[in-house]
Amino acid sequence: MLTAIIDYESGNLHSAEKAFQRMAREIDGGTVTVTSDADVVARADRIVLPGDGAFPACAAALRGQSGLYDALREAVEQHARPFLGICVGMQLMAEWGREYSDTSGLGWIGGEVVKITPDDPALKVPHMGWNDLVIDAPHPVFDGVKTGDHAYFVHSYHFRVTTPAQRLAHVNYGGDVTAVVGRDTMIGMQFHPEKSQAVGLRMIANFLRWTP
Amino acid sequence: MLKTRIIPCLDVADGRVVKGVNFVDLVDAGDPVESARAYDAAGADELCFLDIHATHENRGTMHDVVRRTAENCYIPLTVGGGVRTPEDVRDLLLAGADKVSFNSAAVADPDVVARAADRFGSQCIVVAIDAKTVSPGKWEIFTHGGRKATGIDAVEFARMITDKGAGEILLTSMDRDGTRAGFNIPLTRAIADAVDVPVIASGGVGTLDHLVEGVRDGHASAVLAASIFHFGEYTIAQAKEHMAAAGIEVRLT
Repeated sequence: MLTAIIDYESGNLHSAEKAFQRMAREIDGGTVTVTSDADVVARADRIVLPGDGAFPACAAALRGQSGLYDALREAVEQHARPFLGICVGMQLMAEWGREYSDTSGLGWIGGEVVKITPDDPALKVPHMGWNDLVIDAPHPVFDGVKTGDHAYFVHSYHFRVTTPAQRLAHVNYGGDVTAVVGRDTMIGMQFHPEKSQAVGLRMIANFLRWTP
Repeated sequence: MLKTRIIPCLDVADGRVVKGVNFVDLVDAGDPVESARAYDAAGADELCFLDIHATHENRGTMHDVVRRTAENCYIPLTVGGGVRTPEDVRDLLLAGADKVSFNSAAVADPDVVARAADRFGSQCIVVAIDAKTVSPGKWEIFTHGGRKATGIDAVEFARMITDKGAGEILLTSMDRDGTRAGFNIPLTRAIADAVDVPVIASGGVGTLDHLVEGVRDGHASAVLAASIFHFGEYTIAQAKEHMAAAGIEVRLT
């Protein structure tokens, strides 16, 4: 069992790598590797797409490595390999990102990534810190996780999904902010599971065990 | 709903914690990694490392500390001290920092914040502002550990630097730092109300009520403290219970 964390030079992968490796060890979940090699992505059993920064920059960086981009699409779209997007990696699952300019995403989950606009002007953007999850739909990655558990967020844009059933969890921040999206073999988390202590580690382990 | 964060700050010099953490039985209280693990286990919401003797030569030491901390802690880590260029930011992010804090360099050249934010995103760029009261309702930025006046108005600077792309402000009142007399509330509120990004209040915490005041009266999104936690006077859990009792939403673990 091989889990590939895709490195497309967008942000810090060190803590994600360590968190996934630790949980893989604990549940006997195989090998976790950070890679920018299309061949490794093509033969991985699971794929994790992290991402920090701006949507257009991340989308360009991912597309800039054409072999990698194609390998990712093929593994997820044609071979139905379990996929987890984290933060901007989750946002890239959208059809459109509206940050700075209109940028197309992977188009796996209908909807667009738009600026967070809290209805309370006292609320700051970025939405930064620990917020309590409201689980909208059951999913194997939530095994042992319940509404009210906290996860660590840091973002200024969020995913407004077209199909309500594809939003699996949200948080409240002057209105609903999408926390988890998913369908079929794909799941995306806006928060950082690798920075969310026991709750986050649990979801990482659940993903590594997930057999959709 | 978003919770108010409690952030213990560790001063690090040459890879060692300057004032060791004393609240648990650590094998080596001067080891920043062990201290960070203890705070992670104690329910801290984030951690902050400040490299107080940052020089070009000892940079590798701090990177090693950050790397080992990131391998052992699953909460966000902010690192500051001696950060001057986007390359410095990159090195710390790659070592495992989640956020990197500019201080004097942002005062000398605010555009460095814009360059770093464009490259890595505002979410990981913190600007530390050290301010002193110069007259009632007027605060000035000081650099070099509070020794050097700049003549720059702290509130105006905070507005300008967030426009440049700072994603968070770490605000230290140099009048209060080390006094245990509580945060400078008028300063904290003036800055928190002036900017759209989160403000971390720092400098002067002596009691748990001070933490409450920083949020309730100072409008801070997070509170940073060192000595009240390091010496075991209060635990993170006690601080959170106290804040919750005062009606502040915190993450209870």
